[in-house]
Amino acid sequence: MTESGDKPRLTREHLLDLLRHMIRVRMFEDKCAELYTQEKIRGFLHLYDGEEAVAAGIIPVLTPADRVVATYREHGHALVRGVSMTSVMAEMFGKQSGCSGGRGGSMHLFDAATNFYGGNAIVGGGLPLAIGLALADHMRGDDHVTVCFFGEGAVAEGEFHESLNLASLWNLPVLFVCENNGYAMGTALELTESETDIHAKAASYNMTSEAVDGMDVVAVEAAARRAVETIRRDGKPVFLECRTYRFRPHSMFDAQLYRDKAEVASWREKGPIVRFQGWLRENELAHAGEVEAIEKEIQAEIDASVAFAEAAEWEPLADLTKHVYAEA
Amino acid sequence: MTTVQNTLAESAEITYRDAVKEAIRDAMKRDPRVFLMGEDVGRYGGCYAVSKGLLDEFGADRIRDTPLSESGFTGAGIGAAMAGVRPIVELMTVNFSLLALDQILNNAATIRHMSGGQFGVPVVIRMATGAGRQLAAQHSHSLEGWYAHIPGIKILAPATVEDARGMLWTALEDPDPVLIFENVMLYNRTGSLAADAGAVAIDKAAIRRPGSDVTLITYGGSLWKTLEAADRLKGEGIDAEVVDLRTLRPLDDATIMASVAKTRRAVIVDEGWRSGSLAAEITTRIVEQVFWELDAPVGRVCSEEVPIPYPAHLEQASIPQADQIVAATKQTLGTMGSGG
Repeated sequence: MTESGDKPRLTREHLLDLLRHMIRVRMFEDKCAELYTQEKIRGFLHLYDGEEAVAAGIIPVLTPADRVVATYREHGHALVRGVSMTSVMAEMFGKQSGCSGGRGGSMHLFDAATNFYGGNAIVGGGLPLAIGLALADHMRGDDHVTVCFFGEGAVAEGEFHESLNLASLWNLPVLFVCENNGYAMGTALELTESETDIHAKAASYNMTSEAVDGMDVVAVEAAARRAVETIRRDGKPVFLECRTYRFRPHSMFDAQLYRDKAEVASWREKGPIVRFQGWLRENELAHAGEVEAIEKEIQAEIDASVAFAEAAEWEPLADLTKHVYAEA
Repeated sequence: MTTVQNTLAESAEITYRDAVKEAIRDAMKRDPRVFLMGEDVGRYGGCYAVSKGLLDEFGADRIRDTPLSESGFTGAGIGAAMAGVRPIVELMTVNFSLLALDQILNNAATIRHMSGGQFGVPVVIRMATGAGRQLAAQHSHSLEGWYAHIPGIKILAPATVEDARGMLWTALEDPDPVLIFENVMLYNRTGSLAADAGAVAIDKAAIRRPGSDVTLITYGGSLWKTLEAADRLKGEGIDAEVVDLRTLRPLDDATIMASVAKTRRAVIVDEGWRSGSLAAEITTRIVEQVFWELDAPVGRVCSEEVPIPYPAHLEQASIPQADQIVAATKQTLGTMGSGG
């Protein structure tokens, strides 16, 4: 993306791109859930279902030289960032041609080519890393932005406090994106935070902070443009709280005893895809057959990625101790 | 007390503290990507005065005072290293490093692996370790053996001024995370350092004193007590060889085994607690690799299984001392089996 400024580009083509990103992530993950029940994908699988507007609204605003740090719920971020679907799917299968060589799996997607720094599965653990990436850019005088995604559960971690303080104190170019889906695994925000208005908490670190409807991709994108422009201009961090919701369980092991079905259903009605797609149709921005064509194209990409992952080689056992230290 | 004699004409006495400082200064001059970051490293001059004066020389950007956020700034060092600069992170003591253990283990040690080799973490993390200053049970432990358990990082324990001066640059050039443990009792210690002293290898143990009767294996602050014990043993007709491990991970098995195979007896001196210690690991390796060369069971002198106490007499009694090293060595010789 070369365009800057805080005005969302509401061309039809651009709006369809936003929709395509979200549908692509959703359909990919629906397939992952199916593959999980077939035991093709193992370990933990955390789906982004319901939160797609956040990655889709923010990541395309970045340049290729910017950096992304994500969490264990990062399939969407990787796909939107441009990590190929085949390499992500192969990683889910644990195959050598996966984007992390098969060593990471669902929670640890990495890709040096797109400056995608993982897939961190320690809640809050990615924040200090983002500080360091931004510190390197700051010290060299590069104008890259590091975007750090984390859930509202991370707000309770000491690393959240330490990192926001450091970023603000040292004027580091970090965009903190809190994906507030209301639950830290199964514990509601009200049960874990003394201050549930997270963006207000962030503001106390003397940084620009904003809360946005995380179910509205256009609103998220507009906020991201403002934030990234501010960071590049001022060289200071910005905090964005995206209020969103996770439709599916925390992971595939979660019986969801902590929330009502009615609550999930009411949020589903506000879902980022259903709402945006409806709005595009009402306003005649998505023409007949266009969404179906997008879905068909994505389905073909998914089928190809599954075929690729199925056919891909397992890493030989002889390689077991590789990648512990640099090869001599 | 024994000191390593430097035979070069152009050498001068220097403290271990100043040798570390020289190493930092030299690295900062050689590579503009290098910077030092930690609590009180700048205006205060470092809690052990290692970095005193460096702020004036290099400025606040490169001698970077941090808040008391061990996890935050250690993680920042890791991220910065991934992005191509060369941070030296200073943690005041090994006890405080536990606040950064998440970053050291879950990020620094694992990211190369989790990313399938795409991202390396060339960070250097220095910290003080060890007892002897009556700083009690939250500032005096020796946890380097714990860290040596972790694949993906390298662990150094410079005991001499040459190593204090020379290991840092080699560590900074290493593509993987390196932790350097500086024993607090060494900072004031002086040694002779060649005027042209520079980088040293970090993959080899060193024979600090050749001998033929028994191998004493140690590292860090215990080296000097072990050399003192070896001097005393000499007076009793026992010729001990002293191996300074220098690098605790990866261990230089070849040097250890060659020495033990020669002397046929080994005593390990380790300021860590005995249970699950580095000494236990080395003992096992000796048993695995040169069991049939041994004439006696392997001996160990480790710390007592107690948090380090405050009163001097209890503190000193809790960590290895020359008396115990002498006694353990004699016991090893006294229990010698057939052969020899």
